[in-house]
Amino acid sequence: MANQVLMPALSPTMTEGTLAKWLKKEGDAVQSGDVLAEIETDKATMELEAVDDGILGKIIVAEGSEGVAVNTPIAVIVDEGEDATSVEISAPPPPEPSPDPEPEVQAAPAQPAAPKPAIVSEDAYTGATISLTVREALRDAMAEEMRSDDTIFLMGEEVAEYQGAYKISQGLLEEFGGKRVIDTPITEHGFTGLGVGAAFGGLKPIVEFMTFNFAMQAMDHLINSAAKTLYMSGGQMGCPAVFRGANGAAAGVAAQHSQCYASWFAHVPGLKVVSPYSGEDAKGLLKSAIRDPNPIIFLENEILYGQSFEVPDDDDFTVPIGKAKIERSGSDITIIAYSIMVGVALEAAETLASEGIDAEVINLRSLRPLDIDTIVTSIKKTNRVVSVEEGWPVAGMGSEIAAITMEHAFDYLDAPVNRVCGEDVPMPYARNLEAATLPNVDKVVTAAKAVCYR
Amino acid sequence: MAKETSKRKATKKSSTAKSSPEELLQYYTDMLLIRRFEEKAGQLYGMGLIAGFCHLYIGQEAVVVGMQAAANSEVDTVITSYRDHGHMLASDMDPKGVMAELTGRSGGYSKGKGGSMHMFSREKNFFGGHGIVGAQVPIGTGLGFAHKYKEDGGVAMAYFGDGASNQGQVFESFNMAALWKLPVVYVIENNRYGMGTAVSRASAVKELYSRGAAFGIPGVSVDGMDVLAVKEAGEKALDHARSGKGPFILGMQTYRYRGHSMSDPAKYRSREEVSKVRSERDPIDRARQYVLDAKATDEEGLKQVDADVKAIVSDAADFAQQSPEPEMSELYTDILVEA
Repeated sequence: MANQVLMPALSPTMTEGTLAKWLKKEGDAVQSGDVLAEIETDKATMELEAVDDGILGKIIVAEGSEGVAVNTPIAVIVDEGEDATSVEISAPPPPEPSPDPEPEVQAAPAQPAAPKPAIVSEDAYTGATISLTVREALRDAMAEEMRSDDTIFLMGEEVAEYQGAYKISQGLLEEFGGKRVIDTPITEHGFTGLGVGAAFGGLKPIVEFMTFNFAMQAMDHLINSAAKTLYMSGGQMGCPAVFRGANGAAAGVAAQHSQCYASWFAHVPGLKVVSPYSGEDAKGLLKSAIRDPNPIIFLENEILYGQSFEVPDDDDFTVPIGKAKIERSGSDITIIAYSIMVGVALEAAETLASEGIDAEVINLRSLRPLDIDTIVTSIKKTNRVVSVEEGWPVAGMGSEIAAITMEHAFDYLDAPVNRVCGEDVPMPYARNLEAATLPNVDKVVTAAKAVCYR
Repeated sequence: MAKETSKRKATKKSSTAKSSPEELLQYYTDMLLIRRFEEKAGQLYGMGLIAGFCHLYIGQEAVVVGMQAAANSEVDTVITSYRDHGHMLASDMDPKGVMAELTGRSGGYSKGKGGSMHMFSREKNFFGGHGIVGAQVPIGTGLGFAHKYKEDGGVAMAYFGDGASNQGQVFESFNMAALWKLPVVYVIENNRYGMGTAVSRASAVKELYSRGAAFGIPGVSVDGMDVLAVKEAGEKALDHARSGKGPFILGMQTYRYRGHSMSDPAKYRSREEVSKVRSERDPIDRARQYVLDAKATDEEGLKQVDADVKAIVSDAADFAQQSPEPEMSELYTDILVEA
């Protein structure tokens, strides 16, 4: 009985990978547990083991093949005496029972988000651009800044020898050495406090949280030590540190590993909070954050790490903290989002355009300070607003946007503010429930239409 | 830990041999300044001039004075908890600025915005003044990290109490400091009570100086009521850390005469217990005897020291009451550094 070997997913967010090497050749006998092949992604290399005994009857995908989608048949294992050529190769299974390991990728543009036609370009920059993943943009930002200031160092779990749990710090240990790229024990409370102390002591730490879920253990140092000490010292003790890592929903990891902390941190005076969407945001904001003399909470998104964007190819390019970006200009409604939800908002805007609604999309970029001017100016133009965030609705960023709208643009509103948020539940594990929890294009389109009374 | 036991014995008896008469007089003066300052702070608190929490250091003066005597104040850094007035004075911060911070005035070290528990002086290498129990330990470890990174030859002294020594973040810090051989001296000021809870009721093991054993950090117990014993132990610990061997733990056996804070009636211990320590182990009486034994000065000279110290404290108290409250415009300053 022939069995197909499928391209495996090595992580919840993997959609494709490279079949680096076959370790068995056609005709070889294999036993369950034998290593058949090496699979590479941009994050890791893993071995693919056989789960059946038999003979490697046919290799369907040759070694060296890149971009092999998860669940593509890559080989066939047959019983002794069976003819592999007789095995019918099925197409990748259809997506309806949701075999895709990453259902909320639908929340982001399915393809790397090439700039959409209506996107307004960055005002100041007219130079060359280069296509980078968000992951590469973050790495380049750190490397460039570390080259110019040797008091900057990176610390966190797996940032050095492992090259980053999400491969953000790839190559940094090699370039900067173990003094400046430091693997920590898995002790967020302690190493965050240590980072704050190093900043008080005259250094500029970049503290990586594998994800911000784990930063909860360090909350006391982020709030009480990093954010408040400048004030409590009458201006003597600044904390020039960047605390960065993945925030928001990942995929299939359930409640403790999928949460957006934006509004938690945005609440706190003494912090600056930024959350990039594109590669340009990631690089430009991270460089600004590292140069800033204040404690910065830098909220990344795991699902965006692998997406490619055009990024200004210039070491001096930065994105100012505190300024939002109008990603798409429009006249009928303002959609305000940050991080991965900017992609959802842009897609929703395209759908709305096809139905005759011209949406303006604001990428907040900074959550504290919020760019109230850009928000209010847009609302005064469109008279309608929808906020989009992965976080919970209660006391979320959308609540703040609603309050700002009331305070600054109440008389300009033609409809109440509408919020699209993550559902008010701990993130469920099951794919269908998880997908239902997160904002998506349909929810944004529905909310926008409601505000337009359509 | 056999080696450490012998070290412990070595520090049990101290002598005046290593300190000059002038130095002995200085230690006595520094300790007396802390005591008189704290007594005055207690009075001002009673008059309603100091708000909120106010944790007095009376009884523990030998610890910080002995450590500062051992330290190189040019490069070494100090960080402690909210019971911090003594550490600031011993770090040579101006008593006027400290007292004015207690009264919440613009002349205070934090312009009146930090209060008793939150004061800092970059100039004097004093890094707070931290209000959350144990938080200063990882931060102090980070100061040690910065010393090593900058190769400036400095050592961070992180002070914390017996209560904080049970905190998880303390052990996380010990682990990293030992792993990376950071120049940090952890000074556990065991004053026998974490607020109202005796050490024996909060700690599974009473020998707090041995808390680094799991990380290979050497530790010794020190008579924290004897400024010379503290100084001697401090020198060894600082040498150890400064020479690249990593952290060291000093378990200071000390005692606080007053309550945990001003609002603590201290019902958890007997009056006899307090009076016994005061009469038999008082660190200032002991230092006074060292001064007289070394003939650093005579009774008359000591009277003059008392008068000088009283004058300093009295000036500080006057300043702290005359200095104006912060301007309302200060409400929104110092939240962020202008980029």
